[in-house]
Amino acid sequence: MIVAVASGKGGTGKTTVAAALARIWGGDRIAVDMDVETPNLHLFLSPSIAGEQDSTLEVPVVAHPDRCNGCGKCSEICAFKAIVTLGGRPVVFPDMCHACGGCLEVCGRGVLQPGKRVLGSVRWGTATGDTERDPGSLSFLMGQLNVGEAMSPPLIREIGNCLASMLEQTGGDAIIDAPPGTSCPAMSAVRDADVLVLVSEPTPFGLHDLQLAWRAFASAGKPAGVVINRAGWEGGAGDAAMYGFCRDEGLPVLAEFPFERMVAEAYAKGLSLDRASSRHRHAVAKLVSRVSALGSAAQ
Amino acid sequence: MTNRNPTGQHKKVAVSAFGPGLEARPDIRFGRAAGFVIVDPTDDTVAFVANAGAESLGQGAGIAAAEAMARADVGVVLTGSVGPKAAAALAAAGIKVVETCEGRTVGDVVRGYRADPNPQAAP
Repeated sequence: MIVAVASGKGGTGKTTVAAALARIWGGDRIAVDMDVETPNLHLFLSPSIAGEQDSTLEVPVVAHPDRCNGCGKCSEICAFKAIVTLGGRPVVFPDMCHACGGCLEVCGRGVLQPGKRVLGSVRWGTATGDTERDPGSLSFLMGQLNVGEAMSPPLIREIGNCLASMLEQTGGDAIIDAPPGTSCPAMSAVRDADVLVLVSEPTPFGLHDLQLAWRAFASAGKPAGVVINRAGWEGGAGDAAMYGFCRDEGLPVLAEFPFERMVAEAYAKGLSLDRASSRHRHAVAKLVSRVSALGSAAQ
Repeated sequence: MTNRNPTGQHKKVAVSAFGPGLEARPDIRFGRAAGFVIVDPTDDTVAFVANAGAESLGQGAGIAAAEAMARADVGVVLTGSVGPKAAAALAAAGIKVVETCEGRTVGDVVRGYRADPNPQAAP
């Protein structure tokens, strides 16, 4: 079972929930950080990294400019201004390239050759879960986008492919910490998930973005539930509205975590939610069984 | 490329602007300018090329604008500032860039350029 922890709004507690779920889940599982622009799951799981690999995109390189007749077909097919015919020759802007391969396809003169642009890296390793439960093995997988790089979906898809082959070899489950938002990075991250856990907070922004997220994700027809973080937040004034939305959409509220100083202190020390107190550990264990039931019912 | 005149005196001059005509206000942006007022020095005719990518392209507007300049046979671009990708594209097309947009109107900018074709960048 693959569980994706997502949210519309950023900063609602996706990583907090994903780290705690991964630690308490039990059995063999993989914690995956797909929030490649600002990965931070490792801060709460302290994995030891066993390997790292560059993630690249196939971009055109002008290998034989002498063969070019300036026909401009390569730039005509490019929708992203990544290859432009200027002064009768193709000029490549690798940063703009989406790697569709169209220019390579239409150039019949062998002017262009496939080259590589490094987007970021994929890292993997092992972490330690909660030892009181059947520990199983907790593997770790993450991606990190290079600074200045605008295109994260190809890297996120590559992590997805790595995850698929890891699960094929070892079996088990996966908990994905997805990027925030509702655009391509978030959609790429939840694509292969069996269950969606949407983490939100009872603020006007939290509710608004939860509504957006649900509109974006609902069409995939995956079972989903909501975790309300910072529940009962004084001044948040959105608990009733959030409950109303979940009820109307048939989204179960899987857990509520009240706004507590104790949780913030644990977070500041790099401790996952389940380590804030035994009460929190118990609450996370309950969330694990609810998420797991939600996924099993659908399968 | 018919504008490769070695003396550089007969190249078409383009000014990034908010609208057509010599009375238009110059725009200090290159890629996101509304368009370009183009003056042909051989007969002083004035044309306008709308910058289609200014609003439609999320990224690559500067490259698209450079492409439009090459297509319009422009030899010199007078604008406020050119981004790195647009600068590379303009260089590849052999188009000179003067990063100055001094003047209230496009006409002022063109006159300023004719008086001093190689101004020092403002400190």
